[in-house]
Formats: sequence, structure tokens, C-alpha cells
Amino acid sequence: MASLRDIKNRITSTKKTSQITKAMEMVSAAKWNRGVMNAKAFVPYMEKIQEVTASIAMGSKDSNHPMLNSRPVKKTGYLVITSDRGLAGAYNSNVLRQLYQTIQQRHKSNDEFAIIAIGRVGRDFFQSRGMNVVLDIVGIADQPSFAEIQDIASNTVGMFSDGTFDELYIYYSHYVSAIAQEVTDKKLLPLTDIGGASTKLTSYEFEPNAEEILEVLLPQYAESLIYGALLDSKASEHAARMTAMRNATDNAKELINSLSLSYNRARQAAITQEITEIVGGAAALE
Amino acid sequence: MKTIKVSVVTPDGPVYESDVEMVSTKASTGELGILPGHIPMVAPLQIGAVRLKNGSKNEFIAVSGGFLEVRPEQVTILAQSAEQSSEIDLERALKAKERAEQRLHERKQENIDFKRAELALQRAINRISVAERRI
Repeated sequence: MASLRDIKNRITSTKKTSQITKAMEMVSAAKWNRGVMNAKAFVPYMEKIQEVTASIAMGSKDSNHPMLNSRPVKKTGYLVITSDRGLAGAYNSNVLRQLYQTIQQRHKSNDEFAIIAIGRVGRDFFQSRGMNVVLDIVGIADQPSFAEIQDIASNTVGMFSDGTFDELYIYYSHYVSAIAQEVTDKKLLPLTDIGGASTKLTSYEFEPNAEEILEVLLPQYAESLIYGALLDSKASEHAARMTAMRNATDNAKELINSLSLSYNRARQAAITQEITEIVGGAAALE
Repeated sequence: MKTIKVSVVTPDGPVYESDVEMVSTKASTGELGILPGHIPMVAPLQIGAVRLKNGSKNEFIAVSGGFLEVRPEQVTILAQSAEQSSEIDLERALKAKERAEQRLHERKQENIDFKRAELALQRAINRISVAERRI
């Protein structure tokens, strides 16, 4: 049985840990709030650009813009969004596991795909397995602004245009609610289903013409899809971390409770023993 | 006078929303003025100022990298960044201008970042000119 002092030490250290996890939970809660707000602020822009892109792309069906047409796939690109830090429960491992399994199933050699990693955890995961990480970005702010992400997004879109890969999938964790996030995989490029179910299409006049507008609009549309995915996964990262930290705090509390119980028991046992010794000693003197 | 609803939306959220009498802006093909009742239209915008006329009042918004979408009852400007003249950080824009100019001087030979510096310079000049017009 552990000594009184050992138990006491464990209680103190567990208490300290729970203070830290509690603080982290609160920090994440604040970031999560702002993350959700950012994701919401982005919705009007996304809806608008989708609407416009859909109606232009539908209007000029026979367009031969490279971003709209599928070409034979020699190499596949995967964009994976993870966090820079851990302690977020299964947030990172879920995304990574799914992508890893998909790659194992679809590809036989490392030359058939390229990975673009946003976030340190994802980059390290694939690099340590010797996979082909062509571009990686770490240290993205918790509330990324569009300007911050624009370089990455346009680089990625540029890689598709210059033939580094012939299709692009994006893997990230979609925010459902504070306790639920689900791994989502989307085919980003080529843009085959834009808008899909958009209800009413306006027929526009184009200035100067549809082709030239698509030239500018499509990269921007793809970039905003990437930005949207990033905002989404940031919101779920903070939600996941918040939940993980809340669980850790709860577990610490439980542990403290059971440790205090055994501490009290041990203390009582020690007292009882002392009394027995005194009584025994006194009896021996008589 | 008839008015038309204008909204300026960026990835970081809506920037401006109001009814105005006229929208005047610089599209890639040239100056463009939109009055209520315009036919539906889409046009890419240059880095430049959007002028929103309301009565005798003019408001300016600096936009970069965007689109103009016109519908009979609404004008939407989708831009990668947009600031109202009152929100522009003039000091920052001046610094950005300086930086971009310096970069353009240094990199005369190699043109890797030339285009980017040029665009940055354009954006900075645009912000400065919009910010100065508020007075």
C-alpha cells in the first residue's frame, strides 16, 4: 500500500494537471466561439461565389477551361488539414487514418500521389512514413484571415494547372457540433459539380466574355473552397480540443476523489495503528 | 430617386450593405457605372475604388481582386479584400507601399517576385488614395 506522502503527492500533482486542462478547456472554448463565428461570416461569400460560378459554368457548358474538365489521372493530389498541436482527442488521428487507408487502397507506389499538408501533425505523419509531401504549411493562426491562406491556396490551384497532379482531393474534419466532428473528403479539382442543386440560375451578360471571367473566377472559387475547409476544420479543432480537455478535467476530478478516499483510509489506518500501539505499550507496563 | 441594394462581401465577412443611387467602379475593361434597373451582368474588377453615390454623398470602398455581380434588384461585389475608406489603416498602407517599392528596386534583375510586389504596390496605392478621399 502506498504511503501517506505518496498519495498526497499524487493528489497535488493531479490537481495541478486538472487546473491546466481546465484552463486549456476555457481557452479552446473562446477560440471555438470565434472559429464558429468566422466560419459563419464566410458563408455569404461562399454562397455568392458558388451561385455566380454555377450560373456561368452552366451557361457555357462547352467551355474547355482546364479546371472544369477531367483529364486522365496520372497523379492524385491530397490536401490534408490537421492541427499544429496535439491534445485534441481523436481530431487529427481520424483524418489521418482515413486518408492513409484511402491511399493504401488506391495507390501502389509513392509516385502516384502527392500530399499537401496543412498543419504540423499531418506533415510529420506523412513525412515519417516516407510519403511524397510536396507542400506543407505550419503555423497557421487560430483565426486565419483570407490573405494568410491565399498563397497556399493559389499554390495548390497552380499545381493542378501546371500538371503536378491531375485531380485534387481534400481531407478535413467537418464541424457538426461542439461534440461531433466528422471526417470529410471532397473532390476539389477538377470542378465537376458546382452548385449542383442551386435553384434559380440567372442568365448574365458577361463583360468582356464568359471565358475570360471563368479564367479569373474559377481559381478564386477553388481558393475559397480551400479557405472554407480550413475555417471548418479550425472550428472543429477547437471543439475537439475543448471536449478532450473537458474529459481530462472530469477524469482528473474522479481520480482526485478516489485518491482522497484512499488517503483518508490510510490516515485512519495509521491513527488506529498508533492507538493500538499505545494501548499495547500501556498494557505491557502494568 | 430610385435606389439599388449594394453589398460588398469578402471571405472575412460582409463589409458593406446599403441602398445607393449609383455604383461606379473600375472593371477590367474600363470604368463601369451601374444604375438601378441594370441588366444582369458579371464583370471582374481591377484593384481600385468603388464609388457609391447616395444623394450628394459619396462613399468609397477600396477593393482588390474581385467581381461585380449585377442583378435587377441587387449589386454584389465579391472581393478578396475590401475596406471602407474610414477603416483603412493609412499608416500600414504607406508602409506597404514603401516595402513594395523597395522590393521592386531590388529585384530589377530577377522577376520571381516582381509580379507580386507590383500587385502589392497597386493595392497599397489604391488604399492610400481611397483613404485620402475621405477628408
